[in-house]
Amino acid sequence: MKRRSFLTTSAAATVLATAGLPALAQDGPLKIGFIYVGPVGDMGWSYQHEQGRRAIVEKFGDQVETKFIESVPEGPDAERALTSLALEGNTMIFATSFGYMDPVMNVAAKFPNVMFEHATGYKRADNVATYDAKFFQGRAIQGTIAGRMTKSNKIGYIGSFPIPEVVQGINAAYIHAKKVNPDVEMSVVWAYSWFDPAKEADAAAALIADGVDVLMQHTDSTAPQAKAQEAGNVITFGQASDMSGFAPMPRVTSTIDNWAPYYIERVQAMLDGTWSSTATWGGIDTGMVEIGEMTDALPSEVIEEATAMKDAIAAGEYHPFTGPLKKQDGTVWLADGEVADDAALASMDFYLEGITAELPK
Amino acid sequence: MIGGIDLTTLAAMLMVASTPVLLAAIGELIAERAGVLNLGVEGMMICGAVGGFAIAVMTGSPVLGFIGGAVSGAALALLFAVLTQVFLSNQVATGLALTLFGLGLSALLGKGFEGVRPPATAKLDLGPLSDIPVLGPVLFSHDWVVYLSLVLVVLVWGFLKYTRAGLILRAVGESHDAAHALGYRVIAVRFGALTFGGACAGLGGAYLSLVRVPQWTEGMTAGVGWIALAIVVFASWKPQRVLVGAYLFGGITALQLQLQAAGYAIPVHLLSMAPYIITILALVVLSAVHGRNAQAGPAALGKSFHASS
Repeated sequence: MKRRSFLTTSAAATVLATAGLPALAQDGPLKIGFIYVGPVGDMGWSYQHEQGRRAIVEKFGDQVETKFIESVPEGPDAERALTSLALEGNTMIFATSFGYMDPVMNVAAKFPNVMFEHATGYKRADNVATYDAKFFQGRAIQGTIAGRMTKSNKIGYIGSFPIPEVVQGINAAYIHAKKVNPDVEMSVVWAYSWFDPAKEADAAAALIADGVDVLMQHTDSTAPQAKAQEAGNVITFGQASDMSGFAPMPRVTSTIDNWAPYYIERVQAMLDGTWSSTATWGGIDTGMVEIGEMTDALPSEVIEEATAMKDAIAAGEYHPFTGPLKKQDGTVWLADGEVADDAALASMDFYLEGITAELPK
Repeated sequence: MIGGIDLTTLAAMLMVASTPVLLAAIGELIAERAGVLNLGVEGMMICGAVGGFAIAVMTGSPVLGFIGGAVSGAALALLFAVLTQVFLSNQVATGLALTLFGLGLSALLGKGFEGVRPPATAKLDLGPLSDIPVLGPVLFSHDWVVYLSLVLVVLVWGFLKYTRAGLILRAVGESHDAAHALGYRVIAVRFGALTFGGACAGLGGAYLSLVRVPQWTEGMTAGVGWIALAIVVFASWKPQRVLVGAYLFGGITALQLQLQAAGYAIPVHLLSMAPYIITILALVVLSAVHGRNAQAGPAALGKSFHASS
């Protein structure tokens, strides 16, 4: 048999064989696939999603069969990984990074019987649901701490990609730091990567050399924490995961993404046959965002202030984006007392007034 | 200070950012000059990173850590050598497999070392040299691995250009049949070259986990091994150009992050592309300037050798 025709026939056979699978899968365990943007041992973002997967396994036992593929680059390669998960008979697939959005939409269109859950994106279909956490609530608390703690009045922020999720965090951190310390400045360095410990460490070193003494990161590894620890007098915040290995200094508190309850709820819906495409945006109130323990490297009055803000956000009494707020160019974004709605936040692509850097488009 | 960028910090960051890729590239250069294409640099580096880290943490000695890193990288390279030189497996496929194997193995070995702080690697005390204004802090205040990597470049250059052993290594890489007919032991030379390449890659990996980051994280090499491979090719297999390529790449990486931190209004997309574009341009121009015969790779690169053929 010629190699080419062999490949076509076997590919056709695979497609035919798998077309019947979703019906078959009802009898066996529910097969669930995951793709992660970094390694499960990044101790940050992908690690937390892996904790969610493990929670599913623990809760449902034999009813489910899970599989994950780690370090899947965003872009075309994600489409390949998603397709192979779908062909293997997974009827539910969690795609856990923003850049998987278009690949998920493409693959979802080809596999209408496979249900997709996409983290932090905004495109949905009948078989594509989205979920996200309000990380900016944690950033507001971090910003308050940063404003109180900085002596050089310089806060550094390592960004991954200029997407809404990251821009919300920069804005929230900045306005809350500014509120308690009007002299504060924010420097942003873009790594253009979610996970590249060497580059994240270099970015941290560059910011620290520039005089930053509070460092925030929206990248997935603990490299910036290690660099801050080396510098000695710089404080950081755990990102995505608690990163408690770096407590009490440099890590003074953290924003933890707790995906487990959501994952369990969605898998339950699949098992009950009640799954539908939804958009979930959880915060401190629903437990999807947790604030890690504040260490005694912080003065007690700062801990009190930060805790009060956390409680106010959890109770729904305070929204981190409450007017009056202006955009960077001076135009009014929110009038006095006005609160940003979720839709406006989900597509946030501008800095707020006071940030001097230019947001890459 | 020039335009908000502190020269001393830039130099320090440049060295730290360039050293891993320089070490890996100079090792791979020797392997390729001996006619073996080892695409497993990434895998050898990450094993060096975890091996070096583990040993440094367990013994408390960064020096032993670096040795451990080099041994880990060399061990993986030996595996590659046995497969490709003795069992004549395909070098490209084996190299790719070595990278995958290295990534997996390192993740397994590194499980107990996440979140651990390694012992600090001391800066070399060069006495009065470090006190020279400007030059002192820029050139003479780095850790010993930085200087070791530079010495290695010089040694490799001298070895290839002036020694008989270097000539034999090149002969093996250009035409293993001719070298074999002359009585040189092709397989032994290639084993040696591969082991050296692996040790260098492992050393580069250990530099990442012990100095540049400093910590162990799964998958922490994040593609630097591939950059090293590309630099060897764009440098036309010449050690001095590998040095230029690695320092240009590391230097611009460090500079672009500092420019961002200092708030320069340069489009960030351009800045993050700059290390790749400028390094490739510089090396291509360098090759073009040096004329026709300068850029050909070793003639037997990637070809399997068996004495019977």
